[in-house]
Amino acid sequence: MLRIKNLEAGYGKLKVLRKVSMHIRPGEIATVIGANGAGKSTLLKAISGLLSSRDGEILFEKQDLRKLTTEKIVFLGCSLVPEGRQVFATMTVRENLILGSYVQYRRRKPEEVREDLERVFLLFPRLKERERQLAGTLSGGEQQMLAIGRALLSRPRVLLLDEPSMGLAPLVAREIFSHISRLRKELGLTILLVEQNARAALSIADRGYVLETGKVVLQGPCEDLLANRDVQRAYLGRDRNGYP
Amino acid sequence: MHWEQDRECMDREELEQLQIERLQSTLNRVYAHVPYYRKKFDEEGITPQDIGSLSDLPRLPFTTKEDLRGNYPYGMFAVPMREVVRIHASSGTTGTSTVVGYTRNDIKTWSNLVARILTAGGITKDDVVQISFGYGLFTGGFGLHYGAERIGASVIPASSGNTARQIKIMVDYKTTALVATPSYALQVAETLREMGIPMSALSLKYGLFGAEPWSDRMREEIQERLGIVATDNYGLSEVIGPGVSGECLERRGLHINEDHFLVEVIDPETLAPLRPGETGELVITTLTKEAYPMIRYRTRDLTSILTEACPCGRTGRRMTRVAGRTDDMLIIKGVNVFPSQIESLLFEIEGTEPHYQIVIDRKGAMDEVTVLVEVSENIFFDQMRKQREMVEFIRKRLAHDLGISVEVRLVESKTLARSEGKAERVIDNRRL
Repeated sequence: MLRIKNLEAGYGKLKVLRKVSMHIRPGEIATVIGANGAGKSTLLKAISGLLSSRDGEILFEKQDLRKLTTEKIVFLGCSLVPEGRQVFATMTVRENLILGSYVQYRRRKPEEVREDLERVFLLFPRLKERERQLAGTLSGGEQQMLAIGRALLSRPRVLLLDEPSMGLAPLVAREIFSHISRLRKELGLTILLVEQNARAALSIADRGYVLETGKVVLQGPCEDLLANRDVQRAYLGRDRNGYP
Repeated sequence: MHWEQDRECMDREELEQLQIERLQSTLNRVYAHVPYYRKKFDEEGITPQDIGSLSDLPRLPFTTKEDLRGNYPYGMFAVPMREVVRIHASSGTTGTSTVVGYTRNDIKTWSNLVARILTAGGITKDDVVQISFGYGLFTGGFGLHYGAERIGASVIPASSGNTARQIKIMVDYKTTALVATPSYALQVAETLREMGIPMSALSLKYGLFGAEPWSDRMREEIQERLGIVATDNYGLSEVIGPGVSGECLERRGLHINEDHFLVEVIDPETLAPLRPGETGELVITTLTKEAYPMIRYRTRDLTSILTEACPCGRTGRRMTRVAGRTDDMLIIKGVNVFPSQIESLLFEIEGTEPHYQIVIDRKGAMDEVTVLVEVSENIFFDQMRKQREMVEFIRKRLAHDLGISVEVRLVESKTLARSEGKAERVIDNRRL
């Protein structure tokens, strides 16, 4: 569904991604794990057109996203849930959600938007309860739900999630991960999940990529990655001592 | 029947994406963790980042058996020893052995790949599989064992040797599939005859043979004498062991597990890449190995790539059955001769047994080749004229087909040494 080949991207002179290749099949949850600064967010920014990449290709159902603007990419069905949620604090939950339905500056038919809103409320009843509340007053977990809900209003087929568990208490993070699994099960979404919480990401995803200093050093089914000692040591916090 | 249908029947475009992803991550790992590769890449002025597509592969340096020997025992390992859960060594068909390692994931991958090959060869969980490969440092025994267990078949780890006992097991335990070298399969057939056990006493249906080159004639012989369907499979310890490729029941070449191995065929002299259909040396790059990744390993096995679709539905490319090794090619009086050519010829001749040995001597500056051929007992004693005719006939056929003259000597049945592992077909007494 999404196929990336030799992607190179960075900021100014700084090269962050070096020949990154990966793919996601329809209905799959793929995850990218890696340390801070490995290039995980850069990857998602490049896919969603927020950062222009220098080289390579990003094929979304045969279209090269590299040539398209972010609005067009969202319109095609590839939406980003940004790192740090980025909800509009001074707007209500409902307003935040409706913002997600503006695709290419054109608002959808009101009844369609209402349907979509209901679907999001069904998925996240908490948002329904807080519908009229200002987004800034929500807890971290609720803001994350709102950020996901907002992305859903653009009717994506591929959802890019950037560190959804960041800054959340472990229990809340667990709740968010179970919501992500539901997005696939109930909405049939294809998901690319970027996470620092490697254990949680690998346990809900099908396949994973390990990014180190902008390069993919390992890839494979999540169960294989969980069994890999390098992954355990570097990302699962096991085996810290005794390694030569 | 497929073991991992989604993998074995992947469409080409999807496969190639997976291959490049896996190749790039393998290169990133070997460059970081194997000093030998880093040095070699640096010398060639190449980094993993220079490889953006599968067509860039020829830019990477080859790895040879000598390189592995130079890094004996653990120099080519890409993980620390504590992550290695298994060590095997090459069977040392030629020269010193090399040591290879597996992580837990490697063992899992290996088991799955062998399970694919066994499934392609007709094996299911209902089979009783007798593994008559040696268990030990040789990858054959354990490789097939784990694969057969993965499928859920009932595995008999008979190991090699003691053929009479093997046959007793085969009959009593109702073995349905035999896994061995083809030459051992023939020995089993022969011992059966000696013991006076009819084919009907066996429950055998399938045979999966590998670890040495064997001709189609030999296959027919084995099939006929054991009453089985025989398939060929291929692998080598430097790459993973058995599990690289194997025939399906169509038997139109060996399906390569291309999602785990990148294959190329090159001219062994000029090293230039060859096109599909052209016979040359097989070169393999591993895509998923953790402990012992191999970059462009020159296998010295001679084969060619087949690209046409196979009716079995597997989409990966196939390789033709290995015709020999670049290093068992005999250069006799300047002519290239493979023992397998001589084997095919002998199988065509009535009255000969499928056991032979090629002895090469050098008298002065000339090579002298003697082919020792076993003949069935009934023609040996009384019929001198018949014997002479046969010698003459074989000599002419060999001279005609190989382009060199050889001596032929008939020997009594069972006088040539039998091997339980790989057959020793050539005795080269030349000091070259």
